[in-house]
Amino acid sequence: MATIIEMKNVSKRYDDGFEALTNLNLKIESGKFYSILGPSGSGKTTVLRIIAGFSDITSGALYFDNQNITDMPANQRKVNTVFQDYALFPHLNVFDNIAFGLKLKKRPKEEIKEKVANALEKVRLPQHSDREISELSGGQKQRIAIARAIVNEPKVLLLDESLSALDKKLRKDMQYQLRRLQKDLGITFVFVTHDQEEALALSDEIFIMNEGKIIQNGTATDIYDEPVNRFVAEFIGESNIVDGVMKVDYSVEFVGKTFECADAGMQQNEPVHVVLRPEDLDITLVDEGKLTVTIVSQMFLGNHFEVNAVDEDGNQWLIHATNSVSVGQKVGVYFDPEDIHVMRIGESQVDFHNRIEEYGE
Amino acid sequence: MKLRKNLFMLPYLFWLLLFVILPLILIVVQSLIGTDGQLTLANFVSFFTSGTYLSMTVNSFIYALIVTVITLVISYPVAYILTKLKHSQFFLLLIILPTWINVLLKAYAFIGLFSQSGWINQFLGIFGIGPTQLLFTDFAFIFVASYIEIPFMILPIFNSLKTINGEYIHAANDLGATRFQTFTKVIWPLSLDGVKSGIQSIFIPTLSLFMITRLIGGNRVITLGTAIEQHFLTTMNWGMGSTIGVILMIIMIASMKLTNGSK
Repeated sequence: MATIIEMKNVSKRYDDGFEALTNLNLKIESGKFYSILGPSGSGKTTVLRIIAGFSDITSGALYFDNQNITDMPANQRKVNTVFQDYALFPHLNVFDNIAFGLKLKKRPKEEIKEKVANALEKVRLPQHSDREISELSGGQKQRIAIARAIVNEPKVLLLDESLSALDKKLRKDMQYQLRRLQKDLGITFVFVTHDQEEALALSDEIFIMNEGKIIQNGTATDIYDEPVNRFVAEFIGESNIVDGVMKVDYSVEFVGKTFECADAGMQQNEPVHVVLRPEDLDITLVDEGKLTVTIVSQMFLGNHFEVNAVDEDGNQWLIHATNSVSVGQKVGVYFDPEDIHVMRIGESQVDFHNRIEEYGE
Repeated sequence: MKLRKNLFMLPYLFWLLLFVILPLILIVVQSLIGTDGQLTLANFVSFFTSGTYLSMTVNSFIYALIVTVITLVISYPVAYILTKLKHSQFFLLLIILPTWINVLLKAYAFIGLFSQSGWINQFLGIFGIGPTQLLFTDFAFIFVASYIEIPFMILPIFNSLKTINGEYIHAANDLGATRFQTFTKVIWPLSLDGVKSGIQSIFIPTLSLFMITRLIGGNRVITLGTAIEQHFLTTMNWGMGSTIGVILMIIMIASMKLTNGSK
């Protein structure tokens, strides 16, 4: 698919010297759902504001449809934004808020009416045209903000932490609606969030950011299964991360034992981080396990038990179990060689991909 | 607990009764008493049938309107620029500072500036423009009244502009508005509350100004305020003075309703 937005070597330094973005490169294709995921202060919102045109860049260039728009003012860009706090105009009602952009473009009255009704239909609030903004609930404001943006038929819709103010149940509902809307409209969504579950659930592709850099990008499953480093592994989902040593290809040593694994291409005896996802660990009989652990605590989380256990060397293990266990019990832990994910310390995403390509999987 | 709370209100209730409610009643009663000491509507009748009083009312209205418009035209841009400045609180202080000086003092200072041998005429003299009559003109009155009132217009407008969420401006830009459109369609309507309270705090007091009309306007500008002063202090017709006072209050209440009602 065609690239719609491209950032080339973009850096952003504020007046106080804070470097929000460092030499950032990013490509966004049309018609996909993207998430930019990172902790607060990682620069994810800055990326969005640069694309929207609210923030200028210190160096580098920004392309839209292969046209350099680095210096184009925000009001001429073919993108629209759904703001974190919605930024709905309090002096206008729902209709006038949604019609704001169309009225500026001096569209005929009939067309405006039709398009606003259409947008309200799309966000499933067809009866709310005459409401005042102060009469709306948080979830309704959210949807009106989306309607106000999509009524202008942008090629790219930018969403800034748009669901973070909603309660959990409403959020889940809005996630489905967003996904449906994106499929419906067929335009690109760029969604900024610090919620990894949200990003995993919604996106075709995720950019993970930290300290002004993109650490990893790829599909949700790519990133979840193959985090490039400890930061990504810890940020995306819960993990057991232990220090280990890569003995030879396909053989790694951690917690004092050597295990068969699926990773290769590292130096002999290279120190590495080993990631084991809690849901990949199975509780079994002590004789059948690869590790022996003692249960410390367990919590019932609705669809699974979250079990905390400790092994003979004092390492903590987080396990997602389907059946209840009893605290103090000694059990075995089993995992397959493919469940072990070995990360080289300080390896970049490019090096990581080169190594994977060389050794295959 | 509730009793204690109410006890705390007592001093203020006394104050309210003695210095707000009672004087109001006295003024209304006084306005209904004729020169012969009898209860009558004669004062109101003579007010509404006399060309002098009616033209005075219209005059007050027009002067107050002019002063209000001038202060608004000057204050809005100032308040807008102030919100953009880094040290806005410092500049705001500079604007508020003159209000700490007594109005009478300021009026006398302007007499010094505007008089035949004052600085302004001296300055004009350099260019050969002979001493002109500045003091005791409509211009002088409007100029000084506007000067004195400006801080009271800037403050509420500044406060309302300051509280506008910056994201509204980004949102307007995002939806395609130019800077001018953003101003007319978002910033101006959202700052209207400040403009209204600015208008209220200038239009109403200007209606009843009398110190400045006397000192700067030289009694050439006669407003309802000056008329009240004359009736109480010179002609000693308290009944008529009170009548004008009551009418002034009705105008004030009406203009307040008007500026609040259009919300």
